[in-house]
Amino acid sequence: MPDPYFQHDTTGVKRMYALEMMNITKEFPGVKALDRVSFKVKKGEIHALCGENGAGKSTLMKVLSGLYPAGTYDGEIRIDGKPVSFRNIVDAEQAGIAIIHQELALVKEMTVGENIFLGREPRKFGIIQWDQLYYEAETWLKKVGLTISPQTKIHSLGIGQQQLVEIAKALAKQANILILDEPTAALTESEVEILMGILEQLRAQGVACIYISHKMPEVFRLADSITVLRDGKSIATLSRAETNEDEVVALMVGRELTERYPYVKKTPRHVVLEVKNYSVWHKEKPMKVNDGIHMTVRAGEIVGIAGLMGAGRTELAMSLFGAYGGKAEGEVWMEGEQVHIRSVQDAIRSGIALVTEDRKRLGLVLGMDVKTNTTLASLKNISRWQVINQNEELKWSQKYVDELKTKTASLETAVGTLSGGNQQKVVLAKWLMAKPKLLILDEPTRGIDVGAKYEIYHLMNKLAEEGVAIMMISSELPEILGMSDRIYVMREGRIVKELSHDEATQENIMMAATGGE
Amino acid sequence: MEVKAVIEQQQKKKNIFGKVDIRAYTMIGALIAIWIFFGMLNETFLSARNLSNLFTQMSVTAILAIGMVLVIVAGHIDLSVGSIVGLTGGIAAILSNWMGMPTSVVIVCTLLAGALVGFVQGWLVAYRAIPAFIVTLGGMMIFRGALMGITKSTTIPIFDAQFIALGSAYFTNAFGIVLAVIAIVSLFVSTFRKRKSRQQYGFTVSPLPIEIAKLLVISVLILLFVLTMNSYKGIPFPIIFVIALALIFSFIATKTTFGRHVYAIGGNVEAARLSGINIQRHTMMLFVFTGLLSAIAALVLTARLSSATISAGQMYELDAIAACVIGGTSLMGGSGTIIGAMIGAMVMTSLDNGMSLLGMETFWQYIVKGSILILAVWIDIASRKRKAN
Repeated sequence: MPDPYFQHDTTGVKRMYALEMMNITKEFPGVKALDRVSFKVKKGEIHALCGENGAGKSTLMKVLSGLYPAGTYDGEIRIDGKPVSFRNIVDAEQAGIAIIHQELALVKEMTVGENIFLGREPRKFGIIQWDQLYYEAETWLKKVGLTISPQTKIHSLGIGQQQLVEIAKALAKQANILILDEPTAALTESEVEILMGILEQLRAQGVACIYISHKMPEVFRLADSITVLRDGKSIATLSRAETNEDEVVALMVGRELTERYPYVKKTPRHVVLEVKNYSVWHKEKPMKVNDGIHMTVRAGEIVGIAGLMGAGRTELAMSLFGAYGGKAEGEVWMEGEQVHIRSVQDAIRSGIALVTEDRKRLGLVLGMDVKTNTTLASLKNISRWQVINQNEELKWSQKYVDELKTKTASLETAVGTLSGGNQQKVVLAKWLMAKPKLLILDEPTRGIDVGAKYEIYHLMNKLAEEGVAIMMISSELPEILGMSDRIYVMREGRIVKELSHDEATQENIMMAATGGE
Repeated sequence: MEVKAVIEQQQKKKNIFGKVDIRAYTMIGALIAIWIFFGMLNETFLSARNLSNLFTQMSVTAILAIGMVLVIVAGHIDLSVGSIVGLTGGIAAILSNWMGMPTSVVIVCTLLAGALVGFVQGWLVAYRAIPAFIVTLGGMMIFRGALMGITKSTTIPIFDAQFIALGSAYFTNAFGIVLAVIAIVSLFVSTFRKRKSRQQYGFTVSPLPIEIAKLLVISVLILLFVLTMNSYKGIPFPIIFVIALALIFSFIATKTTFGRHVYAIGGNVEAARLSGINIQRHTMMLFVFTGLLSAIAALVLTARLSSATISAGQMYELDAIAACVIGGTSLMGGSGTIIGAMIGAMVMTSLDNGMSLLGMETFWQYIVKGSILILAVWIDIASRKRKAN
């Protein structure tokens, strides 16, 4: 069958390509995850791979990194023009492919240095050369702008720092082809800057980088070319100079998005949550993670909580939800009544729901199916004498699948097999079913594609309209600016600024968050 | 309309295969293969008398496995059940023989003792966060020691005929038939009530002929079981305990909020906690259940042997764990069924019984049982991998 891509390759241009994936087709029972996808990356090029969740980006990268061994897919992979077939991840690594996972793949109990050289420890006669290991680890850490000791244990690092370690680990492999899957999801602005700098350096050194991201500004700042996947097919490969954000987004979703943030002016009603002089102590150390917080959230409004990593936003949310573990002082009022929340059960009873930032670890039981996860927090409402009415369960979970447009094969599908955006919808369904008065969303759209994001924003507006008080923690300033009626900015455990939708700008939020003038 | 179509499709799939998954069918297939194998080598294996024996033999492991499944599903383990069987059996014998208590008092006190030791262990695991492996390993030694202490390391015989009947009596043939009829009628009634309720919700149900055919097959199996047992001495008493307990706990596991919460805890304890599930109370309850079930097993065992010995129940925890694992329970937590564990217990007992009948030496029996355990998990893991790809 004549294929335009293939013919183009045989004309001698192919020497320039570090990687060519041609006519890759990967089928799962009943689903064609990849349908004759072609994807080529030149040497010294940053090539962005864009697409909605479920478009096939992860599957394509799994094929490339040897996670799906040769033979389980159709098509051809060439590296530097030579056909390769990987039996496993080790084969792929030896061919010079390194991947930085979206989910951190670090051993928490080991040190930073041990993690960077995991499986490739410098050794003599089988004995690990620790001095060399830590010396080299330190140089890689410097490259990613981390000044921590390589002997630090991973679990004592923040999630942003862990991400940087993950990047250092990939760099240390000195790969020719580097895959970055949503590398900035957990990074602060300054850390993103460092990463951008590293990538530009790598480009100059001739490394081919595959950059998977939902963040268009990053893609357009970095990438030389952009390939868009949709529904398992490669839709287009564009040069950055010849396209714009709107075009790429339109290609990804297959429709024009008129507005990224569907902000609706709302009229806030009665006060739902009122927090007075609220302080939270650290779980282990004698220090406060939240200090003297005063805040209110009204029914029908979306309140954004902005701030940098470590500003204490997640701790505040977890503590209000009775799940933090550290001691809390001060007063919490729900709809005019003082509440004492000591456990998650107390919080749910008071009408509080929390969608956590880490849905896989904290939000879902991945091995359980869609309906079970949906009803997990509200089994009481569909049970009599502790016996679950399984028809009610089906009815409710189907209702939320329809309402949130969750893409799932069935209600009995394990949520672990769903894409990120659909997993997040299941978490949302779980808490919507609990009928909360206050819905706390911690990074509600992290790692989610444009289409699903937009749907979640609409859902937030709809809930607010129905009278739910919404508190949204987000590290993405455009999201905070685009969706919030009111914004609290946090720094070092305190609320340092309160801004209305109209007052807030990227600049004054960052100023308050960083403590700059 | 579209919504309904999706649900309909799901329901159809589910109803054709039934509630039991394909894995359980494989286990049943393996069990039948084992039976045919031993039946061909030794014709007494499939005789009514031997089958009756087999079911009685399996009862203790089966009762222990019922509790063990839930503990393992929640991500814990209970190594102490064998020793609890020994200890509570000793307590029962002391109450009955030395103190001359009537059977009813013996039963109540023994069950209370089992629940109490389970409660203490559960409290240590749940509220003091000591790993279950350690708490129950300690318990295993402590309870064995306590048994030796209270019985002064002697064997205590049981003379109370009522007590002995718990482990070795048979139901009369007529009563067996009555039980079978009750079982079949309630099966039909519950199935049709469920159908009606589904139809009221607008979900589709599987075609009536298929449903009836399924019910008929199960009814025939129930009758066949009762008639086989009746052709020997009737249904053995202990097997009724097993069936009743398996049904109760299967119901708890699949139909109640408690059961659902246990599976969620085993699947992802953090997500369960953040969904408002009381992890500690649930965990403690599980150990109360294993303690209670161990005491029930102790009553059956002591009655069957008509004595309490200091070695009673030794290594039973490992049989129970093996039964669960053969029956498809994952030691990682989050998955496993009681029905599966029952089949696992039957596989283990059939191997024991069949090999003894063949006159195989004891050392071979251990080697074969151990190999089957590993093989079962190997096949399970391999088939799951194939499914994932």
